[in-house]
Amino acid sequence: MIYFQLFISFFKIGLFGFGGGLAILSLIQMEVEQNGWMTQQEFVDIVAVSQVTPGPIGINCATYVGYTAAGFWGSVLATSAIILPSLIIMLTICKAYFWLNRRFHDNLYFSQTLRMLRFTVIGLIAAAALLLIKPTTFIDPVSWIIFAAVAFFTVLPQWLNGKINDRMVLGKMVNALSHPILLIILSGIAGYCIYME
Amino acid sequence: MFFQLFCTYLKIGTFTLGGGYAMLPLIQREVVDRKGWIDEEEFLNMIALAQAAPGLIAVNSAIFIGWRVGGWRGVAGAVLGAVLPSFLIILAIAMVFSEWKELPAVEAVFKGIRPAVVALIAAPLVKMAKTATNHQSPLPLLWSLAAALLIWLGGVNPVWIILATIIGTTASVWLSAKLR
Repeated sequence: MIYFQLFISFFKIGLFGFGGGLAILSLIQMEVEQNGWMTQQEFVDIVAVSQVTPGPIGINCATYVGYTAAGFWGSVLATSAIILPSLIIMLTICKAYFWLNRRFHDNLYFSQTLRMLRFTVIGLIAAAALLLIKPTTFIDPVSWIIFAAVAFFTVLPQWLNGKINDRMVLGKMVNALSHPILLIILSGIAGYCIYME
Repeated sequence: MFFQLFCTYLKIGTFTLGGGYAMLPLIQREVVDRKGWIDEEEFLNMIALAQAAPGLIAVNSAIFIGWRVGGWRGVAGAVLGAVLPSFLIILAIAMVFSEWKELPAVEAVFKGIRPAVVALIAAPLVKMAKTATNHQSPLPLLWSLAAALLIWLGGVNPVWIILATIIGTTASVWLSAKLR
């Protein structure tokens, strides 16, 4: 029964997962929580692990959730289930590629829907972040300082864009510091120093 | 062909950190510049399609390129190559993590990482909002806000929000065509 449930959940995530990794997070979160496969904390932890390991976040989450819910075969099943809708849809698109390519661009239904989905995706990602602001993830004021610092360094290169030269030492430093992997490692070190007794 | 695509995607899958979007430049270098399997223009079309279709962008692109280059075998090779590295790495982590996470040191590290992850999810929103509006009316951002609130406070499943977007936009395009 758990296998069936895993399959349905991850098939749904693959089918409705528009907009790539981050947008898929809120879908995964909803399924995982409703089925009680993971706590909120575990979910954040696996997102963190996903950020520092190679590969698409969706695959990482599917594999991890599948394993914790139903062992090895659970992880195989969940990972296959999240890919299956892509296979069906993309192969259909490939077969109709030349036909599609002609009408694709000037079809108003299609282009407008895609445009609106971009705004939906923004909402989904915002929801994924908002859902994670809980006492379990933000345990004290230090958490908020880490949050603010990471957000600051992530947005900084965009904000500075054009204002300072990329080839200058300062520009290079800012770009290096804004890398998600480095930010996660630094936050981990900060966590160790602050919370380890 | 199966083997070649498998190896190429295995390499891409093993060495890209940060998900699907980070893979695209690597895919371009391998598939377009080095192997010449498809040309630049088709690659750009492929990105548009891989993003428009639901599912993971990395997987979608593997399916497209696999199909164009080697048919069914190509698809099997590319998808397996793209998925296998992250599957195996996460499986290994999942096997040990349930024991490790009880360790005080690991718990302390993750206490620091958790708020950082939330920031990493939220921060790209600024740029995405800018790109999506692209000097046009920022009014549709109200829909983004509504979607976020419905999911966050209302507990609405995102699937319904996505379906509402598709149906609503289709209906409004149809209506405005009728009225004209």
